[in-house]
Amino acid sequence: MSENGVNKGRRRLLTATTAVVGAAGAGLAALPFIQSWQPSAKAKVVGAPVEFNLEPIEPGQLLKGQWRGKTIGILRRTPAMLETLPELQDKLRDPDSSEATQQPAYAANESRAIKPEYLVLVMNCTHLGCVPELRPEVGAQPFDEDWLGGFYCPCHKSKFDLAGRVYAGVPAQLNLQVPPYLYKDDRTLVVGLDPQAAA
Amino acid sequence: MARPASSMRSQITALGNWVDKRLPVTSFWRDHLSEYYAPKNFNFWYFFGSLALLVLVNQIVTGIFLTMQYKPSAEEAFASVEFIMRDVPMGWLIRYLHSTGASAFFVVIYLHMFRALLYGSYKTPRELIWIFGMLIYVVLMAEAFMGYVLPWGQMSYWGAQVIISLFGAIPDLGFISGEGLVDWIRGDYSVSDATLNRFFALHVIALPLALLMLVLLHLTALHQVGSNNPDGIEIKEHKDADGKPVDGIPFHPYYTVKDLFGVGVFMLLFAFIIFYAPDGGGLLLEHDNFVPADPLVTPAHIKPVWYFTPFFAILKAVPDKLGGVLVMGLAIVVLFLLPWLDRSRVKSIRYKGWPSKIALAIFAISFVRLGMLGIGEGTPEQLRESQVWTIIYFAFFITMPFISRMEKTRPVPERVTSSH
Repeated sequence: MSENGVNKGRRRLLTATTAVVGAAGAGLAALPFIQSWQPSAKAKVVGAPVEFNLEPIEPGQLLKGQWRGKTIGILRRTPAMLETLPELQDKLRDPDSSEATQQPAYAANESRAIKPEYLVLVMNCTHLGCVPELRPEVGAQPFDEDWLGGFYCPCHKSKFDLAGRVYAGVPAQLNLQVPPYLYKDDRTLVVGLDPQAAA
Repeated sequence: MARPASSMRSQITALGNWVDKRLPVTSFWRDHLSEYYAPKNFNFWYFFGSLALLVLVNQIVTGIFLTMQYKPSAEEAFASVEFIMRDVPMGWLIRYLHSTGASAFFVVIYLHMFRALLYGSYKTPRELIWIFGMLIYVVLMAEAFMGYVLPWGQMSYWGAQVIISLFGAIPDLGFISGEGLVDWIRGDYSVSDATLNRFFALHVIALPLALLMLVLLHLTALHQVGSNNPDGIEIKEHKDADGKPVDGIPFHPYYTVKDLFGVGVFMLLFAFIIFYAPDGGGLLLEHDNFVPADPLVTPAHIKPVWYFTPFFAILKAVPDKLGGVLVMGLAIVVLFLLPWLDRSRVKSIRYKGWPSKIALAIFAISFVRLGMLGIGEGTPEQLRESQVWTIIYFAFFITMPFISRMEKTRPVPERVTSSH
């Protein structure tokens, strides 16, 4: 055990415990630095809910705004636009909005909206974050021979229908996201809050 | 009254001795330059190691001076770069030396890496040199990416958006999720001022420090085992009576002078590009980056700068987000494994069999072709071709253990050859 008055077992134990405690301390000391990268209090405030006035939107028109730095699109759909939605079932990747992360439960319906007339979307393509364009015209397009209207991403050619549902066989794999939103009254929509939260 | 010359000289010698007792200046000079023996048969491909060092110094010096005028905030960044370009005396030159220098860095590094592939410089006993070199390459890619974000132009912004969102492909594992990780990297719910500011810190302090330390390790490991050479044989195996390698020549003055000539030619070409085509017609600085960043307008065609495009093409070739990110990561990771994939008895391509020669040629073509496809707009034809080249890229590494072990190699000479 001991050699020249040195207790090697004890020395090893002390070295090992010091190393373990030291490593744990160094690990914990890294936490504040890692946490400092989280969104700041200011960023969180700026990320607060945003109100949109629905009155100026004409039928068929897309209103763009921002929430948390993301582009929010509110599309006022005409009855003709809504009629296209059931026709596309076979061409879509997730026609029934079964991916729970892509919309709140209250928008997981056929029109992907609380009121079918107004579609609210995060306008960042679910592929790599570009902003798809509204291409409402029906008929042959350079990117689709029988286009029924929808959103088209210029970056990598992803296609979405007029409910933001993604076509099969394009780079994007998920439907465009529907953010949490509620109707404050008939003309005012709040993006960033769930209906229950306001009650 | 001037002192006699002899006394002056003895005083200088005394000062030298005084320093040498406290700092190993003379022995360092001897060990790493005047008596550091390098193979005498270095050829053209051996210019790029010292050129990489030169470009690194260029990036550090010009970078320091850019930092004096640049403002790392989303509000001011774009304007401050334009201020450097238009109003700061010689600012345009310093900026172009830095932005075009980044491309020069990758040209030099890619040729340097290809040299290692040609002559088996990654093989025993140089595995760690290769690993440190690969780490330098990875850090350099991070450094270049973050540097490209700083001017806060459209391509800075949307490039950052695309690259950071790659981390979002990580599925929710409970303690970490792709979405949480993306918010953490950006420090906001979108690419923003917070992102720019932290990228600036990483670009000017953290990553350059890491780069310098890795370069030190790369060179220390190199000087421990000595350089490989085009014949792929160890000069330390044949030493004269004094213990000096007979096929070696002192690095200084022989290779310092040779490298200085290379520096001259390189600077001539570099200056030509700086003065006549600093943006490389949109290849080195993309046109969209001369438009200020706008989160509401996506450029029609987002692509990285040329040195990333081979990997970008691989990313796009895989029709699944997580799969694409993984395959792209693997394309870099597999390079680290090269010392263990090459099972050949010989190091240099000169003595390997024709299957290895053809494989290396096709691999080089696949890398260049992927780079060209990565710049493209991503039409279905381009994606299909990218898939083919991606498979060829990986086939090089998968077949290497078999080809390198089974092919017939030529006998390696005892001593280095001088005429090739």
